[in-house]
Amino acid sequence: MNNFSYTQATAAKEATGRLKDQPQAAYIAGGTTLLDMMKANLTEPPQLVDINLLPFKGIEQTKDGLRIGAMERMNAVGENPLVKSQYPAVSESLLLAASPQLRNMASIGGNILQRTRCGYFRDEAFPCNKRVPGSGCPALTGDNHNLAVLGVSDTCIANAYPGDLSVVLAALDAVLTLENAKGKQRQVPVTEFYLLPGKTPEKENVLEPGELIVAVTIPAAAHAQRSTYLKVRERSSYAYALASAAVGLDVQGGTIRSARVALGGVGAQPWRSREAEKALVGQPATEATFKAAAAAALQGAQPRKENAYKVELAQNTLVRALQQVAGV
Amino acid sequence: MDTETAFFETPPQLVAVGQPLSRVDGRAKVTGAAKYSAEYNHLPGLVHAVVKTSDVAKGRVTSIDASAAQREPGVLAILTHQNLPKPAKTAETKEGQEAIGMAVQMTFMPLQSDQVFYAGQPVAIVVADTLEHAQHAAAKLRVTVTPEAPVASYQDPKAKLFNPGGKPDADAEGTKRRGKAAAAFAAAPAQVTATYTHATNHHNPMEPSATIAHWEAADRLTVYDATQGVSWQQRALSGYLGLPQDQVRVITKYLGGGFGCKGPIWPHSVLTVLTAKAVGRPVKLVLTRPQMFTSVGHREDQEQTLRLGATKEGKLLALLHEKTSTTSQWDDYAESNSKMMGMLYQCPAFEATTKLARANVMTPTWMRAPGEAPGSFALESSMDDLAYQLGIDPVQIRLRNYADKDPSTGKPWSSKSLKECYERGAELFGWSKRNPKNGLTRDGKYLVGWGMATATYPVNNSQGNARVRLYADGHAVVQVAATDLGTGTYTVITQVAADCLGLAPDKVRFELGDSVLPTTNISGGSMGAGTFASSVYTAAQDLWQKLTKMAVMDAKSPLFRAKPADVAVVKGRLQLKANPSKGEEFAALMKRGNMTDVEGFGQGKYGAGYETGLATGPAKSDDAGKEDGGGHAMHAFGAHFCEVRVDPELGTIRVTKWVSVVAGGRILNPKTARSQVIGGATMGIGAALMEQTVRDPNLARYTNANLADYHVPVNADIPDLTVEFIDEHDPYVNALGVKGIGEIAIVGTAAAVGNAIFHATGRRLRDLPMTPNKVLAAMSQPV
Ligand SMILES: Cc1cc2nc3c(=O)[nH]c(=O)nc-3n(C[C@H](O)[C@H](O)[C@H](O)COP(=O)(O)OP(=O)(O)OC[C@H]3O[C@@H](n4cnc5c(N)ncnc54)[C@H](O)[C@@H]3O)c2cc1C
Ligand code: SF4
Repeated sequence: MNNFSYTQATAAKEATGRLKDQPQAAYIAGGTTLLDMMKANLTEPPQLVDINLLPFKGIEQTKDGLRIGAMERMNAVGENPLVKSQYPAVSESLLLAASPQLRNMASIGGNILQRTRCGYFRDEAFPCNKRVPGSGCPALTGDNHNLAVLGVSDTCIANAYPGDLSVVLAALDAVLTLENAKGKQRQVPVTEFYLLPGKTPEKENVLEPGELIVAVTIPAAAHAQRSTYLKVRERSSYAYALASAAVGLDVQGGTIRSARVALGGVGAQPWRSREAEKALVGQPATEATFKAAAAAALQGAQPRKENAYKVELAQNTLVRALQQVAGV
Repeated sequence: MDTETAFFETPPQLVAVGQPLSRVDGRAKVTGAAKYSAEYNHLPGLVHAVVKTSDVAKGRVTSIDASAAQREPGVLAILTHQNLPKPAKTAETKEGQEAIGMAVQMTFMPLQSDQVFYAGQPVAIVVADTLEHAQHAAAKLRVTVTPEAPVASYQDPKAKLFNPGGKPDADAEGTKRRGKAAAAFAAAPAQVTATYTHATNHHNPMEPSATIAHWEAADRLTVYDATQGVSWQQRALSGYLGLPQDQVRVITKYLGGGFGCKGPIWPHSVLTVLTAKAVGRPVKLVLTRPQMFTSVGHREDQEQTLRLGATKEGKLLALLHEKTSTTSQWDDYAESNSKMMGMLYQCPAFEATTKLARANVMTPTWMRAPGEAPGSFALESSMDDLAYQLGIDPVQIRLRNYADKDPSTGKPWSSKSLKECYERGAELFGWSKRNPKNGLTRDGKYLVGWGMATATYPVNNSQGNARVRLYADGHAVVQVAATDLGTGTYTVITQVAADCLGLAPDKVRFELGDSVLPTTNISGGSMGAGTFASSVYTAAQDLWQKLTKMAVMDAKSPLFRAKPADVAVVKGRLQLKANPSKGEEFAALMKRGNMTDVEGFGQGKYGAGYETGLATGPAKSDDAGKEDGGGHAMHAFGAHFCEVRVDPELGTIRVTKWVSVVAGGRILNPKTARSQVIGGATMGIGAALMEQTVRDPNLARYTNANLADYHVPVNADIPDLTVEFIDEHDPYVNALGVKGIGEIAIVGTAAAVGNAIFHATGRRLRDLPMTPNKVLAAMSQPV
């Protein structure tokens, strides 16, 4: 770990100002991603700007939907009664993540910006295009058993976001509120926030240098209320998803009126599947429909040697999640 | 129970032994008062070392740029192969190996040349005044290793397989062939042939390995080291350094787990000592968690093919075992999987061979039940196959092959209660309600299955010393250079000593973890409890004999002129066997003699059980032939029963019910013993379902050397485990009849899980760990 200076910011302007002065500086919230990376010498910011005192707080129902401040903690949001009853998938995705200790520290903003668990990225001894552009991608012919099959490129096959929450956010049309150094705010849908690796896997999202995540807003909807998050992993808790599915359905009289589907663990980014949604809407809520949707979601998958199983696993996970929400 | 009187020469009052005494060191641990090896921070001028390791798995150090690192604040030294003091000897020579002794596992010592043989090999050591300064400087240090193409494993197309020892078809280590196995297999009416693989596993104890080296004089060294054996470590360091053993002191008062990886001496301990010499100050080195994956050995990645031939009634006719595994560039290490295969079941023909491949990895090492754990996965899965093939209940087929003598040596067992383990386990589990057909039990989405497997573990060759000092005021100090891995050694030996001395446990202070104490074996190979307990027992005998002699020569004693052999000691009172009213308390005797205290010294020896006549006093030369308990084969046995729920679409497996019944001789403390079995079974479930270290096939470097990505079971993976012991008295294994239970519970565990999966799904998984991807692949195959 490198030496760094540390300052606390109490206002957004102060925080963004610090990063304008020192573009190499980094914001620190819970630190559960950042410090791990610093200890492994993967990132070496000369300055840390603590943003925990920023007023990006609150979990409340607004006219645009559920608004969650970026500084809220994973556990607080996951345990919130409003979230539990109106946006169950959000709560489930948070409470199935990490460990209680981590969830007490980790912020919503930090969660959205967590980095891939690709073992090559996490160890500076390896080449890795995402960490050192142009150095190569050993995962292509190596340990890719928990890397992505959708949206990948020959440059990088990592699930850049390995976590859970953003999968649900992508499914439920959540919108991020961002604020830049000029104090200007903009709204970016989660589905447009993350970038596919293409030839530039080092560029993971549309955040401008120094820009802050202020809040995330999830529109209220019937499919949000009837939603679930299903996570499949190698141990019963405290593990990243091999595959996961965030689904929301509005079923009336046995027919699907609206559907939201996103997959985790299998995409280069949280994988919203409009193909699957198309296959669901207007159809009867039956296993046959769900299977067709799952097949549509995995169309175009590019499996490698060790992660080929994910094509089937993701489909089965999605079918199961749909069955659970539909109650069939 | 009538063996009891022969058991202690002085009749036993087993008051404390057998009680579920809570850990005597528990309070020190939960309050933080317990000092672990890395916590001796008071040493004058203590400085910190950080190891810089090689990124690549093979190559040569072609340049070292220390200029930036040197300039960092607090840096005291940067040591590489160019300037690190050399050890007097290394284990690379025969002579060195002899001097260093049993503790050496990896003969190679890094930082002696520019050559790099494995990823994670130390290439430099940075010393600074604080840990942070050392870490930072190490990050600034540039050591360039020019890479060459490594070999990653036995599966690497570049790997060359060879027979260890240079003998083609040599018997696998620790096993002897018998009968004509190939012919017997070919002619057998029922046959099972199957290949099993086992991933690389790492021990990952909670406490990372740590060493503090303090040269108190130019030729006198004290080392605080996280080791399972201070006596071994003392001997090894004296060998490496060319110092007499009395000039080397090793201290390990508390250990945060070991599982085998802290048994041997590893380079980091030696390098810390050499570094302390170089900087002339005490030096502390604590390995990082990632370094724990490349510094202290591992269970090797391996493949085994097992062939079973049997009669239609399920009686074994032939067993043929072949193992292939990965080892380092220097050492022919392979855990002996076949040893347990040769002794577990009655079978007239048996053969086992081993093949190795050299790869760019460090030398593997003992990991909880080395050999027995992976070996039992193959044997007990194949036995299950045979049972299904012939339509025989899995417990029944094992009973049909029950070995009344050790088939590998023909010797009778010192004791064996395996039938009782099967019976009690089946009863506790409800095995009689098992559906004999597989794939038929559903619970919603889940397929439910039951499986069982046998466990066995040998009583290993071991001996060690103890000293007991009894004060006239009724307190005692008991000393053994033992270590407590967290298993309960402090507690159980306190119990044993209390009973041997007729005192309450709180009057006994048991000291361990210091090589100045009486020399003993490591805590490993399930040898600790038996060895330490027996040595304390014989030391107490020695002490009572001294006092008895005093009494019979003391005119003021009621025992004056009695024959020593007619005197017994009951709860600290010396009295005539024939007339117990005639006698006196030891305190009265000692006070009259103006003695503040009396000492006894004893040696505990494997095979020196009370029936072998060796239980009292140090072993004599004519005891040599009786080392094996008067010609007995000595093993602990057990049985596991397991229920799983398999999600056939998502590939997840949950263990939902578990019973382990173990017969391990005398159980000194049912509470700590139960914890051992829980721990062993949990570790086995981990190996079965999730544990694997992945080595990149091209770069031979681990991709998941951290505890987020190397999965060990969490609470949610483990149901409430039912653990019971069979009351077993073994008059041969050692003076206290203790077989040891540290390892047996991991043996057979993976097979019990796999057998339950087979019962649930009709699919056999033979590739550990049994992760969801493998379940899905199996489910897509026809039954
Ligand atoms: C062992 C382990 C297991 C885990 N398992 C899971 C899991 O199962 N599922 C899951 O979803 N996650 C998991 N995580 C990831 C965890 O959820 C994230 O580490 C956490 O959410 C990050 O939040 P933080 O506040 O600690 O972020 P920090 O580490 O403080 O920050 C992360 C990054 O985001 C930036 N940042 C933080 N907040 C803002 C903001 N408001 N605006 C702009 N930039 C910001 C920081 O500069 C930094 O680059 C796991 C983590 C660990 C260590
Ligand atoms: S998959 Fe992406 S993150 Fe992983 S090694 Fe390749 S480039 Fe790096």
